[in-house]
Amino acid sequence: MSDTAVHSQEPQLLEVSIGPQHPSTHGVFRMNVVLDGETIVKLKPVMGYLHRNHEQLAENMSYLASMPYTDRLDYICSMTNNFAYAMAVEKLAGIDVPERAQYIRVLMAELTRLINHTLLVGFLLNDLGAFFTPTLYAFREREKILDFFEATAGSRMMCNYFRFGGVKADLPAGGMEQVKEIVKNYSRFLDEFERLLTSNEILRSRCQNVGILSKELAVNASITGPILRASGVNYDIRKVDKYSIYDRFEFKVPLGKVGDVYDRYYVRILEMRESIKILQQLLKQMPEKGEILSAKGAAAAKSPRMWKPPAGDAYGRIESPKGELGFYLVSDGSPKPYRYHVRPPSFINITILEDMCLGQKVADAIVILGSVDIVLGEVDR
Amino acid sequence: METSESIFVVIKKAILGFFHGFLPDWTVVIISILISVTAIVIFGPVTMMFLTWLERKVVGRIQNRYGPNRAGIFGLLQPIADGVKMLTKEDIVPRAADKVTHFLAPVIVVIPALLVFSVLPFGRGMAAVNLNVGLLFFLAVSTMSTIAIFMGSWGSRNKFSLLGGMRAVAQMVSYEIPMVMSVVPVILVTGSLSMVSIVEAQLGGKWFVLTPWGFFGAIVFFLCGVAEVNRTPFDLPEGESEIIAGFHTEYSGMKFALFYMAEFMSAFAIAGLTATLFFGGWDGPLLPSWLWFLVKSYAMIFIMIWFRGTLPRFRIDQLMGFAWKLLLPFALLNIFVAALWQMLPAPKNLIVSGIAEAVILVIVFFASRKDSPKKRTYVFAD
Repeated sequence: MSDTAVHSQEPQLLEVSIGPQHPSTHGVFRMNVVLDGETIVKLKPVMGYLHRNHEQLAENMSYLASMPYTDRLDYICSMTNNFAYAMAVEKLAGIDVPERAQYIRVLMAELTRLINHTLLVGFLLNDLGAFFTPTLYAFREREKILDFFEATAGSRMMCNYFRFGGVKADLPAGGMEQVKEIVKNYSRFLDEFERLLTSNEILRSRCQNVGILSKELAVNASITGPILRASGVNYDIRKVDKYSIYDRFEFKVPLGKVGDVYDRYYVRILEMRESIKILQQLLKQMPEKGEILSAKGAAAAKSPRMWKPPAGDAYGRIESPKGELGFYLVSDGSPKPYRYHVRPPSFINITILEDMCLGQKVADAIVILGSVDIVLGEVDR
Repeated sequence: METSESIFVVIKKAILGFFHGFLPDWTVVIISILISVTAIVIFGPVTMMFLTWLERKVVGRIQNRYGPNRAGIFGLLQPIADGVKMLTKEDIVPRAADKVTHFLAPVIVVIPALLVFSVLPFGRGMAAVNLNVGLLFFLAVSTMSTIAIFMGSWGSRNKFSLLGGMRAVAQMVSYEIPMVMSVVPVILVTGSLSMVSIVEAQLGGKWFVLTPWGFFGAIVFFLCGVAEVNRTPFDLPEGESEIIAGFHTEYSGMKFALFYMAEFMSAFAIAGLTATLFFGGWDGPLLPSWLWFLVKSYAMIFIMIWFRGTLPRFRIDQLMGFAWKLLLPFALLNIFVAALWQMLPAPKNLIVSGIAEAVILVIVFFASRKDSPKKRTYVFAD
């Protein structure tokens, strides 16, 4: 026998490196796990395989030039990334956003939430071992929304749609009908999806009481987003900050009680239903015509390399589908940001992975990772 | 009608008759054996090729897409294209692997998968060997694949393979027991271990699945069978999302194809055995007997593929719990019900065993309710 020992120093333990090339680490994420049989004794997340120097890049280019780069943070939700960055710059330079642009922004953000949560549920089921069926159903619905994004922004995933003080382009002809169709059919799709999944005995027994995250730990580790709410903490930035025009819509924040994988799964389903409610109200309230870019924003967009915000700092944050996505900008009055910092929800949410996984089985670790909902573009930046 | 019924038997007799003209008797016996062996050796891989196509097609339809449709009409030539690809692929053996074990595992895994076909009655008079312990032979030989799988996982020197192998052994050993227990009623009622006699006992629509014990016995047996051949939701040994490909992670090219072949052939064998034991084997009206057998087997296969397209995977402890806490007690109690059925006179036995089965179902149901997951309520904050 050769000397590449299967066992680590302690004879009973098995050290396995799951990732960076593994079918269900959602990208190039790696977990170094120490196993006792199938039970996890130690888990160390290893990140950085997709590091692209995002922050430093942004500090060496004009403000607007970073906008397309934010698409590539969380490449499933480019719209919400744009939203958070635009909010940060608007706060920094005091740019106002016209009424119709606000509505379009919220429309895009909520559609992105639908995409993200649907896909997440699909991939979670993949991690659970369902052979791609829920994923492909999720993809089918996602296509419809992406078609709308393409018609509006010109791109399906890397939308680059937001501008400081508004959005790039108005909705295309027939765009409203497209959205109405999506919103009308989405809850029916969700019902169907739930019939397949929620009451599935295997899914329930695999997910319930697995990877429990306590309220205290979640708050202490500054977890945000659906994971935090699944642990029973009522914290949704759409409610706390009431940014943009979220105060005009009636919606509720679903909360879990146990904080396990099942709660995380179901809170997301419920959030999608709330998003549909927001979209329905939005489609009723949205003004037919109007400005989509304010005058100050238009000035910033006209000559982006020369545009200088006043010196100072600003932190813009939104409730992205994955949690609190924030951009912290420090300006020294030059056309480039002095400091550009991203608060990525995926990265911070993944820090509690070990606490959730200890004592569980290998298969659970994969599912827990899936339920945390990470995108490596955002974790590694 | 009559010719199609026994077409394969007639062909074999004709060939033997031809050789009988000029060859001594003992060679004819050998030729007879060779014909059966050749038929099985061809039937197994061809079935496997067709099953790969069928699975991709059915799962494709379940998932709202077409499945293979490029090679040939309906993509029927896809398995051949896959075969060519597999054969021409580089055969990679990890440097740290135990070369002999690593090489032997895929060879050995195919043998039991082919052997079990020898006792399956494919039609009237179409069992290659009418072994008087056929059922025992089937169960014993199909267990052998565990050894091959563990050899492959150990020989690969890969941690994922090792995990897969450990799971495979645990799973197969556990599911063997309820599986055997669930066929005991069949043996009890027919009084024979021969597959041919078991089918003959069910002739004329007296399929065992139509009796209370047979119905639940068939379910238990089929579930165990699915677990035995590592298919969803019991595909832990190769759980793709967890341990990459489990025991065959380090196999490429034709060696991988052999594992794949063994898996599909065993799946078909299990489907065929379920059809034989509980669904009357080749018994059925109008159609020729071998076609009935194939129809029933493919119905079982379809259910397996349906599982694959729908269900998530169990976790290892749940898998074990399912076998030992649910299937085994249920299979044991089922023997008791079958005994009631057998001992009591004709009209009474249906009622008594039906009631006994219902009571057992209720008991098992409530006993398993205790640790089954609950429905939850959620609060909505403003």
